[in-house]
Amino acid sequence: MSNVRVLVGTRKGAFILTSDGKRDNWQVSGPHFAGWEIYHMKGSPVDPDRIYASQTSGWFGQILQGSNDGGKTWFQPGVKPEDATPQWPPVKSNRFAYDASAETGKPLTTHQWYDGTQHPWEFKRVWHLEPSLTDADTVYAGVEDAALFRSTDGGVSWHELPGLRGHGTGPDWQPGAGGMCLHTIILDPTNPERIYIAISAAGAFRTDDGGRSWKPINKGLVSNMTPNPTAEVGHCVHHIAMHPSRPDVLFMQKHWDVMRSDNAGDNWHEISGNLPTDFGFVIDVHAHEPETLYVVPIKSDSLHFPIDGKLQVYRSRTGGNEWEALTRGLPQENCYVNVLRDAMSVDTLDDCGIYFGTTGGQVYASTNGGDSWSAIVHDLPAVLSVEVQTLA
Amino acid sequence: MPDPAPIRVQLPYHLRTLARVDGELTLTVPPPITIRAVLDALEARYPMLAGTIREHDTHKRRPFLRFFACEEDLSLESPDKPLPDAVANGAEPLLIVGAIAGG
Repeated sequence: MSNVRVLVGTRKGAFILTSDGKRDNWQVSGPHFAGWEIYHMKGSPVDPDRIYASQTSGWFGQILQGSNDGGKTWFQPGVKPEDATPQWPPVKSNRFAYDASAETGKPLTTHQWYDGTQHPWEFKRVWHLEPSLTDADTVYAGVEDAALFRSTDGGVSWHELPGLRGHGTGPDWQPGAGGMCLHTIILDPTNPERIYIAISAAGAFRTDDGGRSWKPINKGLVSNMTPNPTAEVGHCVHHIAMHPSRPDVLFMQKHWDVMRSDNAGDNWHEISGNLPTDFGFVIDVHAHEPETLYVVPIKSDSLHFPIDGKLQVYRSRTGGNEWEALTRGLPQENCYVNVLRDAMSVDTLDDCGIYFGTTGGQVYASTNGGDSWSAIVHDLPAVLSVEVQTLA
Repeated sequence: MPDPAPIRVQLPYHLRTLARVDGELTLTVPPPITIRAVLDALEARYPMLAGTIREHDTHKRRPFLRFFACEEDLSLESPDKPLPDAVANGAEPLLIVGAIAGG
């Protein structure tokens, strides 16, 4: 029988939840890296026991952690503490140096700041780690201030793909309230040259040549709170999801609006339909039904909590526009948590499991496509990210 | 010539756990004993600390950290200024202190 492993990043450490395929009883491991912010963890599709984790701190900066045994033990790539001697070089797995060289791209050193002035690009943290679909040692990192990095040595060293920042619109990018973060990385399973990324508050971008060149893919997005609502860049994309069987179909939860593209992001159209509010952060797709989507509506950009204190997942079985509220097992009064952009994931068991974490420290799961939910753990620190692994 | 005295260093809790050390640590540091020399020795002995106290490449002190010794704030001193004799001879530790978290 298959097992399920849920990787939960929180404000105060990492937790790993495991269960057999029934998903009735869960074991909780953690906190790993207690006291540190764990923005994201994700396992390699090639070697599921290879897990990468982004460990960050306002005091001590970025740490990159890896595990080769499914999260039982961890190490900083390039460092073996038991072997450390004065001859060891300093660790570089947390060195994310922006590439401003003329050889690899146009030197680019500033972006737009909140007040409209230009501001130096400054590395702050890794928001998202996306392991390669074909090589366990290759992993991508989306960072703040927005840039895409890649490691091909298991996270020991990182190199920017500078064509993204350097493609031309970089100086116009500006941060959202949470920082100028590259938070979404989607690798096309049918085309190794194609990658999608999303940045708050710049928008979505695509490469078709393995990351050398990029273009904005924001046509159809309308951001009414901005001076030019249909600008090429400047859209606060919160998250993008794709079903692996249809890599040209993308679903987006934008700051406001839920959007869909059927042509790899070249054009988008709104699918908010009958949602009670189309503000939110997460969006995901059922593992076996490419037209079944999940979002968690949040009241507004000023009030980051559910409407009327009722935590509701909304499901569309029609690829958008027609949505139904899923409430069974979710708190329907006095609930004022948020669900952050990387905090929803699905397993691939026959009865697809849907999982999401809240800023109140709960991780909810449904083993019946969303019809009913239960908290598989609660009272954790605020959840930043949830990733699910279905293990043979 | 006698061996130089071990330099005592106290790290914040989270850096001690990262380096997998308990309590105060000691380092052999070639003279002159400066903050730069101590941090170079610290990162060489505990490479997992690189980038956590000072930034890679620029070696700029991270903004939420301060350096103290002998009841003096050394944070804004040149990293190449010799540390007090009491630190150099091992009588007093160099303190690496994180800003206090409220809440």
